[in-house]
Amino acid sequence: MRFRDGYNGSSFMELLEIEYPHLLPNWDRLFAAAATGELRGVAHGTTVIALRFAEGAMVAGDRLAISEYRVASRDIEKVFATDDYSLMAVAGAAGPAMEMARLLGIQFEHHEKIEGEALELEGKANTLAHLIRQNLPAAMQGLVVVPIFAGFDRRRRMGRIWRYEVTGGRYEEKEYDSVGSGALFARESLKKSFRPGASRDEVLRMVVEALADAADEDRGTGGVDSVRGIYPRVKTCTSRGIEEISDERVAEVHQSILAGRRRPAE
Amino acid sequence: MVFPYYVNPEQMTQDKREFARKGIARGKSIVTLEYDGGILLLAENPFKLSKIGEIYDRIAFAGVGKFSEFDRLRKMGVQWADVEGYRFSRDDVRGKALANLYSQAIGEEFNRSIKPFEVEIVVAEVGDPQFAGHEANALYEMDFEGTIQDRIGFCVIGGSDDAMRSHMASNFRPGLPLGDALRLGRDTLQRAENASPDLAPESLEACLLERERRRRKFRRLSADDVRGLLAA
Repeated sequence: MRFRDGYNGSSFMELLEIEYPHLLPNWDRLFAAAATGELRGVAHGTTVIALRFAEGAMVAGDRLAISEYRVASRDIEKVFATDDYSLMAVAGAAGPAMEMARLLGIQFEHHEKIEGEALELEGKANTLAHLIRQNLPAAMQGLVVVPIFAGFDRRRRMGRIWRYEVTGGRYEEKEYDSVGSGALFARESLKKSFRPGASRDEVLRMVVEALADAADEDRGTGGVDSVRGIYPRVKTCTSRGIEEISDERVAEVHQSILAGRRRPAE
Repeated sequence: MVFPYYVNPEQMTQDKREFARKGIARGKSIVTLEYDGGILLLAENPFKLSKIGEIYDRIAFAGVGKFSEFDRLRKMGVQWADVEGYRFSRDDVRGKALANLYSQAIGEEFNRSIKPFEVEIVVAEVGDPQFAGHEANALYEMDFEGTIQDRIGFCVIGGSDDAMRSHMASNFRPGLPLGDALRLGRDTLQRAENASPDLAPESLEACLLERERRRRKFRRLSADDVRGLLAA
């Protein structure tokens, strides 16, 4: 703790870079390790989805992490609350992704405490772009972290979502987006079902159906594991803050989707 | 022959003390007291610049005296707490460690620099019933010399605080409801020599550390909240 010449800004990441560089994730070392193929076996998360609806934004993800062709974890979290009004969902290398979500949450809280006011949602989305740019060397070697950022913009009174690419590029999506190995199938599903201004129940059905479609076609995406009782994680971000949809509710919606598709044995 | 410049250390320390006391006495005071649901921090402050701030989940900061100095101390506290929580875990960020760091930083400034800090600060830490060994509240008070005091129940910082402290001492009891604590706090602030006799809710800065709140327990009360609680 230094009074005179210490870092005096509002960014937690800059504070770490300037005063505690040893605490930052060492992306360069990851880069080197990824280049030699040492990191082939790291856990990867698969499909996540975000979409806008009447009250705000809904974000969901399956719970499976894979390492090459094997299951690394069946109940991993891919949807993180980064503060009271924003969510980050990640596909890609699980370790750096979780670290990124944690760092982002601390960054938002730090700024709010130092300045006495929370960042605007757009400022939060830009902060994430900066983190992804730092991750670029590792990403070029296949250690990709691909997030979706969603939140409730309290100034504009609406949900907003952003997607990113490994270069740190940031694009705002007006309707929905999905990333991860099953994203193509999830997007195809949402293309048919999405309708702007839908209600909470309607979007919940869209989201669960899109994840079911992704899990159906992509072996890397986990579906509902009814034996272990593991369901996709679905969270909403509205003027009331972050809320989680219960497993029971997700199971109910999932059952009703399956009921419409079930056919008798031949 | 050139004589080296000599200053009697006793005289110098005395001068610095007097200087700091004078500076602090010009400002308003802050009271911090426990109530049945946590800790209340209350300042006479009609302006937008805050004297009370959130440090971490269970820890709050209050400062009197020179704004630029105590606000820099507040920011240092936030930096320290966030780095500590990132490096270890959220539960590892403790009020006592922060109070010790403050005490050292302020003490060093008093000894080394010609002009000491004109500040007094409080570090308040609310207990958490879910957290074994940390159920009790803690209040640490630091003066301009870095002297640290561990207070029980309440503390008063600021210049003309003798009348305030005795009013608080004779009226404070543990387990006050929030409304009563807020009234006692306001009555105490009104006893300061330089205070207005009738403090409106708009000229009070009131913040809480609420024990039952999850994770970040700090909450700033609006003037309407304060008005409602004072009337209740």
